[in-house]
Amino acid sequence: MTGRRALYLAGVVAICAWVLVPMWLLAANALGGQPVIAAWPKPWIPLSISFATLAEFLAIEGVFRAMLIGFEVAVLCTLFSVALGLPAGYALARYSFRGANAFRLMVLLTRAFPVGILALPLTVGFIRLGLYDTPLGIALMHTALALPFAVLVSASLFQAIPRELEEAAWVFGCSPFQAAWRVVMPLALPGVSAVAIFAFVISWNEVFAASVLSARNRTLTAYLLAMLSESPLSYQFAGGLLLIVPSVLFIFLVRRHLFAMWGIASR
Amino acid sequence: MRGRALPYLLVAPAVIFLTVLFFVPLVQTIALAFQTSNGTGFGNFVRMADDLNFHDAVVNTFRFVGLAVPLQLAAAMGMAMMLRHLGRGRDMVLWIWTIPLGLSDLAAGLIWLAMLNDRGYLASLLFHLGLVAEPQSWLTYETPIALFVAVVIAEFWRATAIVVVILVAGLQLVPKEYAEAASVFGASPWRIFTRITLPLMKPSIQSALILRTVLAFEAFAVVIAIGGRNFPVLVSEAYNWQNFNQEPAVAAAYAVVVMVLSLVATVVWLRVLRTPEEQRA
Repeated sequence: MTGRRALYLAGVVAICAWVLVPMWLLAANALGGQPVIAAWPKPWIPLSISFATLAEFLAIEGVFRAMLIGFEVAVLCTLFSVALGLPAGYALARYSFRGANAFRLMVLLTRAFPVGILALPLTVGFIRLGLYDTPLGIALMHTALALPFAVLVSASLFQAIPRELEEAAWVFGCSPFQAAWRVVMPLALPGVSAVAIFAFVISWNEVFAASVLSARNRTLTAYLLAMLSESPLSYQFAGGLLLIVPSVLFIFLVRRHLFAMWGIASR
Repeated sequence: MRGRALPYLLVAPAVIFLTVLFFVPLVQTIALAFQTSNGTGFGNFVRMADDLNFHDAVVNTFRFVGLAVPLQLAAAMGMAMMLRHLGRGRDMVLWIWTIPLGLSDLAAGLIWLAMLNDRGYLASLLFHLGLVAEPQSWLTYETPIALFVAVVIAEFWRATAIVVVILVAGLQLVPKEYAEAASVFGASPWRIFTRITLPLMKPSIQSALILRTVLAFEAFAVVIAIGGRNFPVLVSEAYNWQNFNQEPAVAAAYAVVVMVLSLVATVVWLRVLRTPEEQRA
């Protein structure tokens, strides 16, 4: 191995460490609790690991509930994004119709705006409609964030599936709906599940809109943000860990689709 | 007849949804911002600008965007180029490098709070190296520069990953033949990078910059997690006016400022990094 190659590999490893070590240290803080957080100076290797802080944190009134609400919101957002985004993406991929470009532009336009901020004026209308402080209300707002992505990605997913397959299904007597459902959907399924997982993560991670649109029924992010100023560091770190774990797992599941999705969505 | 209506039926739900939850609130925000007790006007903007924190929020936001976004682009470009020379283990490395893109900015803020708080790991490391003797409080209003650096580090740590993904996806579209031809003619690696790879990657650089700039103007939770109210930015001020001062109209004025900045940034990137039709890959 030449010196240059070794230097290069050292760089690769260093960047991996730059990503992983801070996450590991947060976990060490969250699992070690107050003794680890107060320790000075910190030992080189964080030793004491217990789930006591995490359990204590979960037992606080509201934390577990906030997790459940966050989960509920994210699931609803996923369902809405897929249910609204797939048909629209399919139409963009399979039909040339007047207004298709206008629609594409409309979807792209949402990305030039900080969509989360638009939650501000929604509070009034949401209160009137009884959506304020409900998981459904937050999920609707989050869908506005995730839907453009779902439309663009599913459009290119469907584009990649040969039209001939569908036409063959028609010849054999399938209705257009049956052909789309029985022939195209199974082929698109891996990509569609990646879209769904991404919608979930977008919603699970969103802070601003969730904080503005809720008061008592807070998602985990909104709950954590509200308690930042008044809770001990140990709880903040425990909350951070709870926030991270599902996201990392989900991103692991979609890792193969990441590039296809972002290559498409960022064009 | 049914066939012609079908695409519209398929698109309609998404259009209606985006109209109700994107375009209507967009117009509402603007209307709310210009609405004052005596008709319409700039009253809310004046109140926004008269507030003590406004100046800091503007300066902080611009500094933050101006430092974090270029750093992310440069680092991501380096990482994307490094990945090209990786054989075995590329998928694994790529996955690790892109983990942060799935994290909330609130989580990233908390991670770096653990690293940088007064008894955090950086202070401990400096102690072990014999550079400091006591816990260091860096994240207060008395140490604005350290606080600013901490916020930028957290954002850089988290959001570089998405730029890497966009650039790697873009790099896959660049044909290798151009670089090979240039190297046959004796161009140095650096020259190939600046004269061939970089221009060909303009479209993906453009979309990465648009995405990151818009989101950096919107930064919020990372700032609150690390700095509390000591590092005001535009969106955290909007949040304070909405939630603590109960003044939605002033919050909306902030929102309008953020929207205008995002839109201007998008237009600038579209113009500056435009790829002429005949150059598209």
